[in-house]
Amino acid sequence: MRLYESVLIARQDITTAQVETMADEFAEIITSAGGSIRKREYWGLRALAYRIKKNRKGHYVMFNLETGPEALKEYERIMGLNEDILRFLNIRIEEVEEGPSIMMQVRTERPTRGGRDDRDSGDQNPGKAESNDSVAAEKSED
Amino acid sequence: MTQLEIKREAVRKPFNRRRKACPFSGPNAPKIDYKDTKLLARYTSERGKIVPSRISAVSAKKQRELATAIKRSRFLALMPYVIA
Repeated sequence: MRLYESVLIARQDITTAQVETMADEFAEIITSAGGSIRKREYWGLRALAYRIKKNRKGHYVMFNLETGPEALKEYERIMGLNEDILRFLNIRIEEVEEGPSIMMQVRTERPTRGGRDDRDSGDQNPGKAESNDSVAAEKSED
Repeated sequence: MTQLEIKREAVRKPFNRRRKACPFSGPNAPKIDYKDTKLLARYTSERGKIVPSRISAVSAKKQRELATAIKRSRFLALMPYVIA
């Protein structure tokens, strides 16, 4: 048994309820083969960065799975056959992240935009300040 | 902006420059995750290309990690391949 992270993108024309039932079906493949769903997230209808099969938006669903290779193969096969699925990515992970993923956090933090500013100032300040100084010194030489 | 500054510095003052530390090494460094597009976007150019590590000062190990994360993110249409 190994841990995997799976993200799938469903067509924009189907409803959220349909996405959920579809996700249930996929989860069923894993659980019926003895695996388990560790985490499940619905990221909502997001704009795609580029068009995929004429779609500009897509429903994103993420799973964290614990399963064997055979069940995953079957899971991928079924998804590949489903025409409502635009794309999917399954990767192996070492551990399941605690709490909701960044995608869910961004959604709630958007009005404040606090997280990003903190990170900018936190790890880059010393270097930035220094480089600015030397640039200013060079400018005065001109 | 900062990238340009570093570049210019390198040309003008080749010896005086202190090596900038890798932003993903050390304590409270951000975790590289393909889902974190805001973080990854800082390491791509305006056209969407991956910024070379000699400019961003990311260590070789972390640059490899970063490159796969950006590529995964692109595949899932979270980030663009090209910005025309």
